[in-house]
Amino acid sequence: MNWASSLRLVAAEEFLSVSGLVLLLVCAWAGDKSARLVTWLAVAALAVAGVLVAPALCGGVFGAEASAFYGQYAADSFSSFAKLLIYGAAGASLLVAPGFFERQGGYRAEYPVLALFAALGMGLMVSATDMLTLYVGLEMNSLAAYVLAAMSRSDDRSPEAGLKYFVLGSLASGILLFGISLTYGFAGSTSFDAIHTALVGKMSTGSLFGLVFILVGLSFKISAVPFHMWTPDVYEGAPTPVTTFFATAPKVAALALTMRVTLFAFGMQAQAWQQIVVAISLLSIVVGALGAIGQGNIKRLMAYSSINNVGFMLIGLAAATPGGAASMLVYLSIYVVMSIGGFVAILSLRDAEGNSVEKIADLAGLSRSKPGLAFVLAMVMFSLAGIPPLFGFWGKFVVFQSAVAAGLVPLATVGIAASVIGAFYYLKVVKVLYFDEPADKVVGSVDGVHAVLLYGSAIVISPIGYLFTGWLGGLAQSAAAALFHAA
Amino acid sequence: MIGIEHYIVVSSILFGLGVLGIVLNRKNIIIVLMAIELILLSVNINLVAFSAFLHDLAGQIFAMFVLTVAAGEAAVGLAILVIYFRSRGTIAVDDANRMKG
Repeated sequence: MNWASSLRLVAAEEFLSVSGLVLLLVCAWAGDKSARLVTWLAVAALAVAGVLVAPALCGGVFGAEASAFYGQYAADSFSSFAKLLIYGAAGASLLVAPGFFERQGGYRAEYPVLALFAALGMGLMVSATDMLTLYVGLEMNSLAAYVLAAMSRSDDRSPEAGLKYFVLGSLASGILLFGISLTYGFAGSTSFDAIHTALVGKMSTGSLFGLVFILVGLSFKISAVPFHMWTPDVYEGAPTPVTTFFATAPKVAALALTMRVTLFAFGMQAQAWQQIVVAISLLSIVVGALGAIGQGNIKRLMAYSSINNVGFMLIGLAAATPGGAASMLVYLSIYVVMSIGGFVAILSLRDAEGNSVEKIADLAGLSRSKPGLAFVLAMVMFSLAGIPPLFGFWGKFVVFQSAVAAGLVPLATVGIAASVIGAFYYLKVVKVLYFDEPADKVVGSVDGVHAVLLYGSAIVISPIGYLFTGWLGGLAQSAAAALFHAA
Repeated sequence: MIGIEHYIVVSSILFGLGVLGIVLNRKNIIIVLMAIELILLSVNINLVAFSAFLHDLAGQIFAMFVLTVAAGEAAVGLAILVIYFRSRGTIAVDDANRMKG
């Protein structure tokens, strides 16, 4: 392990940071009129970074050959799986941004640069094999995300969203950091490898506290109940392209980070964190489903839906097996596609003045004025509810399968029962779309990039998606194996 | 003789005060920013104390990183606060209620 090979392993991060800095100079030089150009260049940079990380996933790289900078960073197949999802989601939320912000009055060139730096931070998060890398990556992502949430000038909910996100996000970072400091003290090192070997057998009270604090900090970041209260406000207040971003990329990063921390660093203490994860996952499923019922704003509904979905993913984590980890990755990939489809559909809902329509009541009878859009939105809702012919069902199926295989039958049973509650509010939206008296508020067409993303994700979540199950499952398995092989 | 446990107790108290400062404070968002700093500094006490106790430099390096990030976090937080004040004209915690949470 020398510097040259380490630098080669972090090629994607190097490329993203250099292109982010160059694009920042372009913004400073050319001002906001370069915003569209910078956006396309940022998407291109993400695509190149994706190409740079893809070989590690296809090759199933793990262990010493993927480890860079003396165990600070791992470019293994697990991290490349997560990074491909992150870069894809970040690219999609960049592509939909220019149209939205130009209607809102003023697209700023800093937006794509911030998203690029956030993606860079998320790449570090999923590759972190040391608490220090974890913290730096997490903050790099968070600091960019706080600014993104407060980005809109015309909507005064946006600064409030930014402020709430900042306060609760910093609190979460602080709690996480306190857990890290305790773990460092009681395990004697910040490296995941050393923590893994140090924490064997019965845990001391100090390291148990460290583990709990770390889990609390991470549950804030993945917006799991009881640390979810920021999510609906931030999703509602942030500009919709930013919400698209928040619902996808950071969620992948934080969940992948949680997986590496629990399954690898605290891998020998599964029985200590398993019960916490089970409790958090059940609470998220139930609170996410119940909280969504009363919501009148579709972005808040999507926020509760994301809380609900995180709960289902955590069932896979609670299994604490390679199969459980692989099923989580499969669910995550499907969830990202569903969210992108859903949010692009929400972005396409505009009234005659070009303002965004966010009230669910205003979508009444959309199936008559905009059949295509209504159909995709209904499909996303059905898929998020996990109704069989659609691809969302497959994610829930593999997660429950892995939970049952790990002997967590009660958890799987409660999860399935709770997913029925969840189906209620998804179906309510479908009812409004199809069976209510038309409100005829939504005009405007789905154009260009939006149409590609909208119908592209619709194809993936349609039953055609099942053609990918073998391929996706194989990739997820090789990625999950890297997580356990490293141990 | 002051042992490692004294440091942990002090840092835990500071951490608890910081969390309470965020949760209980109903007045001013600047105080929330101060409470966040307090949390980060309590972590630094922990890291440096453990570093000395373990004869391991990693903790002190970590503390340097925390200090740096805390500076960045304060900058971003204050910038968001300025935008918020411009749009709302107040920085009272109870007034941040445009969206019900």
